[in-house]
Amino acid sequence: MPRIPLGWLAEHVELPAGTTAETLAADLVRVGLEEEAIHPAAVSGPLVVGEVVERTEEPQKNGKTINWCRVEVGAYDEVAEDGSLRPRGIVCGAHNFEVGDRVVVALPGAVLPGPFPIASRKTYGHVSDGMICSVRELGLGEDHDGIIVLSDLGLDGAPGDDARALLGLGEEVLEINVTPDRGYCFSLRGVAREYSHATGARFTDRGAPEPHQPAAPGFAVDLADDAPIHGVAGCDRFVARIVRGVSASAPSPAWMQNRLSQAGMRPISLAVDVTNYVMLELGQPLHAYDLAQVAEPVVVRRALPGDTLTTLDGVARRLDPEDLLITDSPVGAPGSRVLGLAGVMGGADSEVTPATTDLLLEAAHFDPISVARTARRHKLGSEAARRFERGVDPRLPRVALDRVVDLLVTHGGGTVDAEITDVDRTTPPPTIALPGGLPAALIGVPYTVEQVRETLELIGCAVADGSDGGLAVTVPSWRPDLAVPVDLVEEVARLRGYDEIPSILPQAPAGRGLTRGQRVRRSVARALADAGLVETLSYPFVGPHQHDELGLSSDDDRRRALRLVNPLSEQQPEMRTTLLETLLDTARRNVARGAADVAVFEIGLVTLPGELASAAPRLPGGIRPSDEDLARLDAAVPPQPRRVAGVLSGLREPAGWWGPGRPADHTDALAAAALVARTVGAQLTSVPDADRAPWHPGRTARLETLDGVVVGHAGELHPNVVSALGLPPRASAFELDLDLLLATTADSPVQATPVSTYPVAKEDIALVVDADVPAGELLTVVRQGAASSSAGDVVEDVRLFDVYTGAQVGEGKKSLAFSVRLRAHDRTLTSQEAAAVRDATVAAAHARFGAVLRS
Amino acid sequence: MSSSENLSPLDASGVRAAVDVALAAFAGAADLDALKEARLAHVGERSPLALANRAIGGLAPQDKAAAGKTLGAARGEVAQALAARQAELEAERDRRVLVEETVDVTLPAERTPRGARHPLEMLQERIADIFVAMGWEVGEGPEVEAEWFNFDALNFGVDHPARQMQDTFFVEGADGQGVGGPSGLVLRTHTSPVQARTLLERDLPVYVVCPGRTFRTDELDATHTPVFHQVEGLAVDKGLTMAHLKGTLDHFARAIFGPEARTRLRPSFFPFTEPSAEMDLWFPQKKGGPGWIEWGGCGMVNPNVLRACGVDPDVYSGFAFGMGIERTLMLRHGIADMHDMVEGDVRFSLQFGTEI
Repeated sequence: MPRIPLGWLAEHVELPAGTTAETLAADLVRVGLEEEAIHPAAVSGPLVVGEVVERTEEPQKNGKTINWCRVEVGAYDEVAEDGSLRPRGIVCGAHNFEVGDRVVVALPGAVLPGPFPIASRKTYGHVSDGMICSVRELGLGEDHDGIIVLSDLGLDGAPGDDARALLGLGEEVLEINVTPDRGYCFSLRGVAREYSHATGARFTDRGAPEPHQPAAPGFAVDLADDAPIHGVAGCDRFVARIVRGVSASAPSPAWMQNRLSQAGMRPISLAVDVTNYVMLELGQPLHAYDLAQVAEPVVVRRALPGDTLTTLDGVARRLDPEDLLITDSPVGAPGSRVLGLAGVMGGADSEVTPATTDLLLEAAHFDPISVARTARRHKLGSEAARRFERGVDPRLPRVALDRVVDLLVTHGGGTVDAEITDVDRTTPPPTIALPGGLPAALIGVPYTVEQVRETLELIGCAVADGSDGGLAVTVPSWRPDLAVPVDLVEEVARLRGYDEIPSILPQAPAGRGLTRGQRVRRSVARALADAGLVETLSYPFVGPHQHDELGLSSDDDRRRALRLVNPLSEQQPEMRTTLLETLLDTARRNVARGAADVAVFEIGLVTLPGELASAAPRLPGGIRPSDEDLARLDAAVPPQPRRVAGVLSGLREPAGWWGPGRPADHTDALAAAALVARTVGAQLTSVPDADRAPWHPGRTARLETLDGVVVGHAGELHPNVVSALGLPPRASAFELDLDLLLATTADSPVQATPVSTYPVAKEDIALVVDADVPAGELLTVVRQGAASSSAGDVVEDVRLFDVYTGAQVGEGKKSLAFSVRLRAHDRTLTSQEAAAVRDATVAAAHARFGAVLRS
Repeated sequence: MSSSENLSPLDASGVRAAVDVALAAFAGAADLDALKEARLAHVGERSPLALANRAIGGLAPQDKAAAGKTLGAARGEVAQALAARQAELEAERDRRVLVEETVDVTLPAERTPRGARHPLEMLQERIADIFVAMGWEVGEGPEVEAEWFNFDALNFGVDHPARQMQDTFFVEGADGQGVGGPSGLVLRTHTSPVQARTLLERDLPVYVVCPGRTFRTDELDATHTPVFHQVEGLAVDKGLTMAHLKGTLDHFARAIFGPEARTRLRPSFFPFTEPSAEMDLWFPQKKGGPGWIEWGGCGMVNPNVLRACGVDPDVYSGFAFGMGIERTLMLRHGIADMHDMVEGDVRFSLQFGTEI
């Protein structure tokens, strides 16, 4: 993001004395330019101008010759024993200076880039009381052949003057964050304008188009885009001019190098630096070609099949027919040779080299979308592309090119051709009809129409009276983001200040509260937490190794997962189809971190790609899709049911001074699942399921609603899974589909039965059955049998309270004992009635399972 | 009077003496056993007063009334004293038993395992409650979302730079389309697609808040997580202004960060709002002292979004805002590192219990 050197900014807008990067940031944020960073000054501490008054060459044993110098540094001179001042003694290894030269001296306490702190030190038999600096030591460039002699840079100063100011090294630099709609702020011109809006400071527009003397066209340029994207020509302005006999590859002046460095760009050569400098200053990307390497005419066209280009970064690229190219015409048809990707990056072949003397300069305007697509396609986020894809002022090319020419001729000699090529097919900026009251109506601040007009004029709009009583607002050429009335409303609110907006709480119509699903979800989470489970969250990303760990068979449905094109980890490219897969990972992490008794649960979505028929249709924004298209969108989005899963391991009830704890087992998983179901208002039956990973084949139940809908599983985990995950033995788990549970339960109010105050009658019934009879089924039969007696509707509760196997019931048998509570709503039950219930129960159990009453 | 002699019912002073002896015996009984002995001696069938009472039957008729009265009063007094002493001693015994049953109540009593909710979930519920209390409703949408809802409906054009800024997870095409085929699906990069779904599904006016999980391709570090949560607010009604947005945000800030909290808007850009603003929060408990910190983004719903959802922007206006739940939790609870919130360590959740 753009970096703003204060000194440079001050050439475009009046900065009050005492402005720092921090105060600048505070001013800019009010108009929407946020601080990204403040980069500290390159040099801190005393860096001053010195005059060499003595220089003694002293050959050393190591073959080097050093200079023992006395350097006059004004107020910083050394205090002699008699209190008088005398020049400082400094050892210097360079030889490119003479007595009388003015140089740059870093005094003890200064910190040079590196950071490299300067102190007095003993060296070569002297105390060196500072350092005479080279270009590289100050971070101004790569030159380290000798020290800086100020006159060589065209600079002057008196001994003791602050050299940081002289060289621009003492400045902090503000880096700002520019939102995508404000492309013009990728320039000092734009930021200066915004600073003026924020503070009222006087702004000088150095990018304003000036009336030009008519000039004959120069180097031939042909705009030949035969495949515009969205009907917008890829290039609608191309200005070209030739400068001859220029020292193109000489270094640029130090001040320019310094500013480029401050702005975060590396100085390279005069030609490149000048184009970058003007781009940073005005926002117009520019390109300099070696004229000797370019053949007339330049043709701007789309890529043809087979076109390739090696860009400046040395990468050979195969071009796409949508790429807009700058080409020239050495042989054959015009545009036969590719010079560069328009607005993105130039090619290596036409690059400015040390042999270059004549330059062809380009300042053009390209379609943002075309540039954005090319930059994205080739992963080339260049400074030029960044500006073009956000929108560059189409009236800027000629102004910017004039500036480039001035700088080149001033610093590199040479002459500019009188001819100027300017192919201009730009259209004037749009005029927007703005109802004068719209800003006030949308913002809630009573702006007058006059205020609206003034504000819009301030940002560069031309405001006239519209035909319909509103305002006709012609937007400035550098604001392509202003296209519709609300864009102007934002400008009014922004410039007049968001702080003016009052705070008014709106009155929403009466609402219906949470939905049943939302309420139930909360209740389930709360119930599990109250039951001692801890809620955790996990990322939904999984991979095949996790399916293997869970022991999912190769044809298990849960391996059919939605895949990501760009997963964070190649090991986890899928979206989970089961919550347990990621929850078990959470359990494992907790155990690995030393948690002994882990009871965790998670509520979240899984993604079931199922039989996705087709991709989601690509539809435009800004218009409501048809009902059919909306249905197609919905059909393409995979089902994402909400699940709840839990893992219980270690001790379910803690050990303590009261005695041993109780280890978690499959019943805890079943109990937790039952708790969830009860909270939703459902009742589950358990059906043994010997074939459901990741569970134990003999200790797992499929959970069904009374209507037989399978809503999940619960039980002990398979020993292989337990050991693969490093969980305590007998760890158990459950997973339920909350959405299914909700759908299978009624959303109607419970109809209450009156509470009977007649006494309760209790019957305990022990039944002997074959050992393989499932207790759950016998319990169901007992319930049905008890309810079918001649006593009528008197069964309050049936509970299985004991299971016995052993000698008393015989081999292959077991005794299950049930406690039955009976109560009538209208009478005290007689002992005959209780007996009738008992008899009916035994008879039903006998009929179904051959059960006999245990004697 | 000697024990070998029966007390005469007519011997008023003898009766009085017997009463006094009995009262003294009761008073002198140190415990319930001693009192039982005293009762047998002075109230039992063989006690002097009982025997004297029985002897009334043998008196001359003219003496019976006086003797009856004397003995009745005497026995009443004795019985009353006995009952009083009985109650006294029982109370004393009960007190002693309770003292003897004393246990060390400072022994640990955590017999049931401790559970907890995840604070991110609780915070989302808390936020929903704040808005539901104002009549808003809670909207929801899928996490694997159609690109149209995530981008196009929200005015992110295909070529808009902002669409590239979102660090999106893209979804491979379904089987049969070839691996990597264009599915038109993404993991939603924000909760804003729920705005579009809400406007398409519900009748106007709409006031909804949409908490939920969102995804961006950031690596997990102290301040980023690829899977995170946002809460989105959307109001579309006639006559809504940015002042209503500000009022809603101020209320929200106070409800979450205390009565002194306030918000400030800074100009910014989002494709789905115009005007757009970044929202800063000021609250007293901020780490490092009271001050401003960025909390979320907001603005007036862009007319293009309204049109994409079949709402006429010339009749209705609306505002929308969104902020990170993780960030809100970090600010409110002084959490320095994202890792604790996403790794599922039970020790993190347990600090919060079941209320936030």
